[in-house]
Amino acid sequence: MENNFYQVGEKLVQQLVNDEKLKISFGAESSQFIRFNGAKVRQTGLVDDAVLAMELISGKRTTSGSITVSGNVDQDYKNALDELLRLRNDVSQLPEDPFIVEPENLGSSREEHTGELPDSENCLEDIIPPFNRVDMSGILASGRIMQGNMNSVGQKHWFATDTFSLDYSLITPTEKMVKATYAGTNWDHEDYQAFVGKSIEKLELMQLPPKRIEPGNYRTFIASAGVADILRMFSWGGTSEAAIQQGESAFCKMRNENIRLSEKFSLSEDFRNGTVPRFNANGETAPELLQIIDKGKLVNTLISTRTAKEYNKKSNFASGGEGFRSPVMAGGSLNEDDVLNELGTGVYLSNLHYLNWSDQIGGRITGMTRYACFWVEDGKIVAPIENMRFDDSLYNFFGDNLEAVTDRARMNPEVGTYEGRELGGTFCPGILLSSFALTL
Amino acid sequence: MENTNLKKLLDGINVQADWIGLRQVFESTTYRIIRDDKPQANQRDATHGVMIEVLVNGQFGYYGVNSFDPLRIQAAAEKAVKQAQLASKYSIHSFTDKVRPAAIGKYQSPYEKSQALMSAGDLNDILMKGCAKLNVSDKIVSRSAFARLVDCKSNFVSTNGSDVEQKYTIISCDFTATAQDGPIIQKRTDHGMLARSYQAGMEVFDENEILERCEKIGNQSVELLSAEECPTESTSLVLSPDQMLLQIHESVGHALEIDRILGDERNYAGWSFVRLEDFGNLQYGSKLMNISFDPTVENQLASYAFDDGGMKAEKEYIVRNGLLVRGLGGMESQTRSGLPGVANFRSSSWNRAPIDRMANLNLEPGDSSFDDIIGSVEHGVYMESNRSWSIDDYRNKFQFGCEYGKLIENGKLTKTLRNPNYRAITNPFWNSLKMVGNRDTFGIYGTPYCGKGEPNQVIRVGHASPLALFENIEIFGGA
Repeated sequence: MENNFYQVGEKLVQQLVNDEKLKISFGAESSQFIRFNGAKVRQTGLVDDAVLAMELISGKRTTSGSITVSGNVDQDYKNALDELLRLRNDVSQLPEDPFIVEPENLGSSREEHTGELPDSENCLEDIIPPFNRVDMSGILASGRIMQGNMNSVGQKHWFATDTFSLDYSLITPTEKMVKATYAGTNWDHEDYQAFVGKSIEKLELMQLPPKRIEPGNYRTFIASAGVADILRMFSWGGTSEAAIQQGESAFCKMRNENIRLSEKFSLSEDFRNGTVPRFNANGETAPELLQIIDKGKLVNTLISTRTAKEYNKKSNFASGGEGFRSPVMAGGSLNEDDVLNELGTGVYLSNLHYLNWSDQIGGRITGMTRYACFWVEDGKIVAPIENMRFDDSLYNFFGDNLEAVTDRARMNPEVGTYEGRELGGTFCPGILLSSFALTL
Repeated sequence: MENTNLKKLLDGINVQADWIGLRQVFESTTYRIIRDDKPQANQRDATHGVMIEVLVNGQFGYYGVNSFDPLRIQAAAEKAVKQAQLASKYSIHSFTDKVRPAAIGKYQSPYEKSQALMSAGDLNDILMKGCAKLNVSDKIVSRSAFARLVDCKSNFVSTNGSDVEQKYTIISCDFTATAQDGPIIQKRTDHGMLARSYQAGMEVFDENEILERCEKIGNQSVELLSAEECPTESTSLVLSPDQMLLQIHESVGHALEIDRILGDERNYAGWSFVRLEDFGNLQYGSKLMNISFDPTVENQLASYAFDDGGMKAEKEYIVRNGLLVRGLGGMESQTRSGLPGVANFRSSSWNRAPIDRMANLNLEPGDSSFDDIIGSVEHGVYMESNRSWSIDDYRNKFQFGCEYGKLIENGKLTKTLRNPNYRAITNPFWNSLKMVGNRDTFGIYGTPYCGKGEPNQVIRVGHASPLALFENIEIFGGA
């Protein structure tokens, strides 16, 4: 795939005329998907997909396009050339764009990770038996993911990795659920069996009669997976410099009113774990580490080169959408074993669900509690709670109400597959809150 | 795509299977965006591939392939057969080819002016003018004009005689103004995020109409800056059709998908409070509530002739006089559940297997005029254009927010309200439906972005509704 991409790309570059410049991206996956319900197979299949994307710059104008490619160099080049001609016709009709990001050659890179994926033909014999006593719903997504980038001034980047994830829910007869994701690059059957065993043990706790709690403000612990859901919201009108400039960010208050969050809260874009490529669609390589919030203070935002040009800022080579690609929240001092004791009496939330900004400028987020969520009294789990709606501001739960942060940032892998299988994940600890608003 | 002979490819496949289907999809999506009088994006994304689906030992297996090379198709079919064979030991249900009925026919979106008749330059010019028109005040801090054009062709053939060709021409557009006064920032769009999505042609870009809308959007964004915060109370709530879009989608549509009720979605979007035994028995809403599944509405976003399993698309009532009568499930779900369903077994593209989706799901008009409804309210709030949405995994507890509100006092719309939100629980909410607007209050909208399924799929859905009045609903304002 790598050679095919570069061959097609180089042929396209040879077709450029006059002052034209070209940036070319490639994304491909070869994936197996098995969907489960009732610990049985609902749907099973395979997908080969590959996309070649181009941005043509002609003078002060630019346009872009993408096509499906097959891996057959001759056919792919023919289709890509047709697309280039379409772009050339398009670009001549467009208004001038003062914020074009020109291609540069700042050095090339290559990264490839090979793993031991589940056997595509016999994996069901491994996956299903450990669930023989429980109701399980979920999906296996497994295979190779490839991303590439090159441009007309000679810069090249390639990233390829094997990954798998079995993302699943376990369900009791009374419909209480536990969520787990077994993910990585090397399938280890013994490790997998132990992992599933632990999630089944957790399900036992859900057999207790549920407790209905009334709307109100509660002492609350949100485990790492729930915190990851909140942090993902920051990629949607949070960290983006353009969103702040255009009045569409929950971080506007931090920037414009100089409001600080809790000193216990630090957040960075940190590529050192190597789970995602550092280059973006422009072929720019982001710094290995960029602090976004340092001890409660907004110290950086994610700034793409286009935004930098428009608002006279310095680019940190963020993606076009200026969302997180590799977020890491710093751990604190609360030992995970002490969480229940420190919570005392209150609510333990393992997962959250369907988050949305209920007042984006105010920093308020609403969503639901989901999965293993418990009522805790005097440091002991008493009962699972019936799901509750929350509606609270990040300026509260990452502000004065943030009482403690656990000492271990855990990996919450991305399992999304909308545009294709996603890479990476969110590294974050759990948070203990003196108050959290449950509303319905 | 025109050069691909799908029937010939199907005839060339040599595998042992009880049924084989090929579904080819070509789709191009063009985005043209102007922000603050500068081009923000001119981009076209095209995808083209084929889904090979086989039935072996009662289990379907699939392979989505980015190639039309007969050798690749044959190899993919062999692997799909292998997947189905191996999985059949663990199948949740043993299917027959009855869930892929033979279907023959064609569909073409209605349109007056084809996409080819408006150049990239002309469309940029209209968007540029719209963007400029949004600039009604120095309090406007950001403006954007957005167009999304979709050209989609799908073709389905199968070993039991299906031959379906469906062509869609889809336009979405939006115009947005963001206004700021100190710490107060308010945004107004053209009926909520991409609600103006239709099967239509370039006639949608009527310059005079767009300029008129843009001026109103700009003015309302500024108006919201000095508006009162939405009060916190339980009161009468009147929802406009562009918010009913979201209300129907989240609290009726997803809750009634049969695959979801059967548990397929429990690891992702969730389950449903609705049970199989509720069909024919559950009073979902008040007697004024009539919900139809209707993929035959002209210009509505999710109209079609056949679903991706080959079932013929027809209008069916889902809720009649408030009673739940039918689920949203295609042939596979109907077979698994034993319930009557609809032709909604749909996939987002060639690289995803079909699942139960909504298509067009509409609230049928009642007999009250706009003035009748507002005039009947002594004290309440009117809300329009969705901006925030969240609902639980059983589709019970929801909270939705809108861009623009009006206080209703003594039967009249009075003060403008900002940050209007409401929350409720699905069945009590729909049972509090007190008045339904007539055909004059009816609005047709949709969204290109409904997410569901594992692997994930985004699909187009349409929702049309009249104005609707709900009683005793909890409302509140911003942070």
